[in-house]
Amino acid sequence: MQTVKMVVTGPFSAGKTEFIRSVSEIDVVSTERKISSEAEKVKDQTTVAMDFGRITVDDSLVLYLFGTPGQRRFDFMWEILSEGMLGFIVMVDSTRPETFREARNILETFRAYAPTPYVVAANKQDFKEAWDLDDMRIALRLDAKVKLLPCVATEKETVKGVLLELLYSILEEMDKNEAK
Amino acid sequence: MALKGNLRDFSVTQLLNLINVAQKTGTLVVEGPSEQIWVSFREGKLAFARNGQEDGSLATVLYRAKKISAAQFRAIQERAANMSDKELGLLLINANYITQQDIINSLQAYFLGVVNRLFTWVEGLFHFENDMMPPDDKITVRISLENIIIEGSRRMREWEQLQDEIPSLEVAMKFTDRPGTNIRNVNLSVEEWRVVSYINPKNTIRQVAKATNKSDLEIRKVVYGLLQAGLIELVRPEGVVQPATPAGRPALPVTNKEDQKSLINRIISRIRSI
Repeated sequence: MQTVKMVVTGPFSAGKTEFIRSVSEIDVVSTERKISSEAEKVKDQTTVAMDFGRITVDDSLVLYLFGTPGQRRFDFMWEILSEGMLGFIVMVDSTRPETFREARNILETFRAYAPTPYVVAANKQDFKEAWDLDDMRIALRLDAKVKLLPCVATEKETVKGVLLELLYSILEEMDKNEAK
Repeated sequence: MALKGNLRDFSVTQLLNLINVAQKTGTLVVEGPSEQIWVSFREGKLAFARNGQEDGSLATVLYRAKKISAAQFRAIQERAANMSDKELGLLLINANYITQQDIINSLQAYFLGVVNRLFTWVEGLFHFENDMMPPDDKITVRISLENIIIEGSRRMREWEQLQDEIPSLEVAMKFTDRPGTNIRNVNLSVEEWRVVSYINPKNTIRQVAKATNKSDLEIRKVVYGLLQAGLIELVRPEGVVQPATPAGRPALPVTNKEDQKSLINRIISRIRSI
């Protein structure tokens, strides 16, 4: 059996666990703990080690989705999780501009770990307070070539769209490398 | 969609950068602890500003700028209180009391003062109203934001925020190719020009700091200003070899190019079918 993996990363409470949950065929193996810090009480629980989802492609291939812990104090996990990934998705909460700088730093950190393709998913685009994608692109300092995709982590179709865009980017990268 | 938040999390400098780069038209409304400020922009240029606490009428602005005397100010208040700013401006120009340039300079100075006041706020709820502009009878100006952003960045003292914005000095800088941007139109100090002269994708920020004899804080401050003014962008230094996938592990379990593509296409088909 061959296995490949993709990593879903992003700041605390960006929606990484929900994203994986929306498409995983198994109940997401989540290592969540109650949040103790008042400052981080945007939600009740947070991922402390990783989330783990699975999509069986066929009899001989399985895709694993790994979600990284969002809190900076668990960043020692990031490099371990990024080993051997096909590509990665950076989730950003479109309604919380206070997390944009952190998202930018996480993106740079992962790019440094491995030069694999990536896309940025602007989560919670269904919320009234969501920032416009064009504004987010500037705030996140994303190059025009980087795919910034609207996403609602709880809706399977948009999650599929993000995964597919990452896969298309991987194919494009292969074609580019072939042409060199 | 919304462009709203708190200055605590998204600073005035970042907001002005966003408005400048996106060439936005509309009004930024910021609510501080005890006052409210409105700043209007047309195609990414400062057009108008008003502090809710102050009388920002043309007569008051001209009086404060010492362009009209106290007696003239009183006369305007008594006899022309119902006149719009545009009407009053024309009246004063036609009466040869002041020139059109006096009016523009005074308003520009007043608007810049309001915006500079915003830079002192560390907290305040903001929202941007697309296409909301000051009333037609108000006089608007057209001021590029680059200089305002650079000036605001010079005032920045918070080391932690600068470090968050520019976490690594091992990256390089290059000039943006955004249309309408020209660094020659920006008012830079001699020290800032020295940094600019070293901007090249081959030089890391640390190397530029060394060459210009700047501390980490000083170089970050200059780079931050140029970055927020939309004049430069950060890039990986040229000639630095990217590491292969970590620990030499291949990201794909097959090595043949065609097999790799086939594997990705199988995943694509599967995800489409979920």
